Amino acid sequence: MPSRSPLLDERAIARTLARMAVEIVERCHGTEGLLLVGIQRRGVELSERMGRLIEGAEGVQIPLGKLDITLYRDDLQTVGVGPVVGETKLPGSLDGRTVVIVDDVLHTGRTIRAALDELADFGRPRRILLCVLVDRGGRELPIQPDIAGRTVLVGPGERVDVFVSELDGRDSVELARVD
Amino acid sequence: MSIDAATLALGKDLIGLETLSAAQIQFILDTAEPFKEVSERAIKKVPALRGKTIVNLFFESSTRTRISFEFAEKRLSADTVNVATQVSSVSKGETLVDTARNLEAMRIDMVVIRHGSSGAAKFLGDRIASNVINAGDGKHEHPTQALLDLLTLRDKFGRIDGLKVAICGDILHSRVARSNIWGLTKLGAEVGVCGPPSLLPRNIESLGVTILPRIEDAIEWADALNILRLQLERMQAGFIPSLREYNRVFGVTRERLARAPKDLVILHPGPMNRGVEIDSDVADGEHSVILPQVTNGVAVRMAVLYLLAGGTGAVAAAARGEAA
Repeated sequence: MPSRSPLLDERAIARTLARMAVEIVERCHGTEGLLLVGIQRRGVELSERMGRLIEGAEGVQIPLGKLDITLYRDDLQTVGVGPVVGETKLPGSLDGRTVVIVDDVLHTGRTIRAALDELADFGRPRRILLCVLVDRGGRELPIQPDIAGRTVLVGPGERVDVFVSELDGRDSVELARVD
Repeated sequence: MSIDAATLALGKDLIGLETLSAAQIQFILDTAEPFKEVSERAIKKVPALRGKTIVNLFFESSTRTRISFEFAEKRLSADTVNVATQVSSVSKGETLVDTARNLEAMRIDMVVIRHGSSGAAKFLGDRIASNVINAGDGKHEHPTQALLDLLTLRDKFGRIDGLKVAICGDILHSRVARSNIWGLTKLGAEVGVCGPPSLLPRNIESLGVTILPRIEDAIEWADALNILRLQLERMQAGFIPSLREYNRVFGVTRERLARAPKDLVILHPGPMNRGVEIDSDVADGEHSVILPQVTNGVAVRMAVLYLLAGGTGAVAAAARGEAA
């Protein structure tokens, strides 16, 4: 069993998401053409929550999408049995939209590289931003978040786990020691 | 979502459904679901199999299956080569070994094979390190056809378990029937077979199926009919008196379906002989899922290609190392 220490509890997550929702609208100068795209799995739930928060504050419904990047991974040959592919669902063309990619943890940047490749196959957004709940460092590609909930420097043998109530029964961000 | 990789891995080849577990078959069907969406995109392509070389090796003529595999391969970004070879009278075993050696020498990654001899796919798979997918071998199996039939039934009914599916027509010559019987029974469906006694294999009951002697029996019993083509090209002797006679006794017609206690879902693996095993107004009727079957065929084949390519990189490399 890995030992765990909490980074964010339920209320801290709620506050962080509320702040990020405001920041998204600020950075995009409003909600015109805005589209939140959650990365499977937990980015989807986070994007849905921020969509509701923006809707509450701005009074407009924000279109949501979900993206599964499995088929765009660069390590399909080394991951063993084909990983389960989740649902990809984007509302119409991306041409001219402002797309905000939402994910739970930003680590190597390879997931986001794959997401950018996949989004390009759905059209040409005017602008793409990256919003993550936790930036844990350890990048292997030149990719940085535009909006980050928390920045944590994670040492070797440590991992950041994000739990959301929709899937895991609780809201929590924890630092797990796996060695 | 935890998956038990060891028990779900398909291994190097897909030869048939007989050797797969119910969990493996479900896993392939579940994997096919997201691939349906890829074919609905404006850019119908994902990079999952980029750089893989796939040979479609067809020793028997095929239009639908070959095109379906080719679309599946291209939508996964694989490079494909089609080899269509009509079987000559020379020893098939020797030809295949030779072909296999030549393919290996060209450093291919996968072979999709259709062959007139039962066991040809396994024969090839045992001799080359590349993944082999059986696209129909003689009267043995046609696993991707059965998988797309299962996916279509699952779409329509929401489940396979407990369904009653009657496979009608030329069971004797049909690899589609065999693969369907394995897949359906493993997933908990009841299977009936219906056709002239001359076109039913001996001891077919030993596969756990019910014999329905008359087409009326099948229509009364089943939730879905999978109507097979009369494989005239495989019939060397007088299995049936005439096509008209077959249609009169075993043809699925609107009049016969009207007497069914419920609406039957109609499947047909194609190509159809309209007016023989199936009438046009049934094939084009509201309960026909013949075209959804074709759509699902691409998704199922994408899933199989993806699972075999992603799951066996290490295995294939090890096999190559041994061979060198």
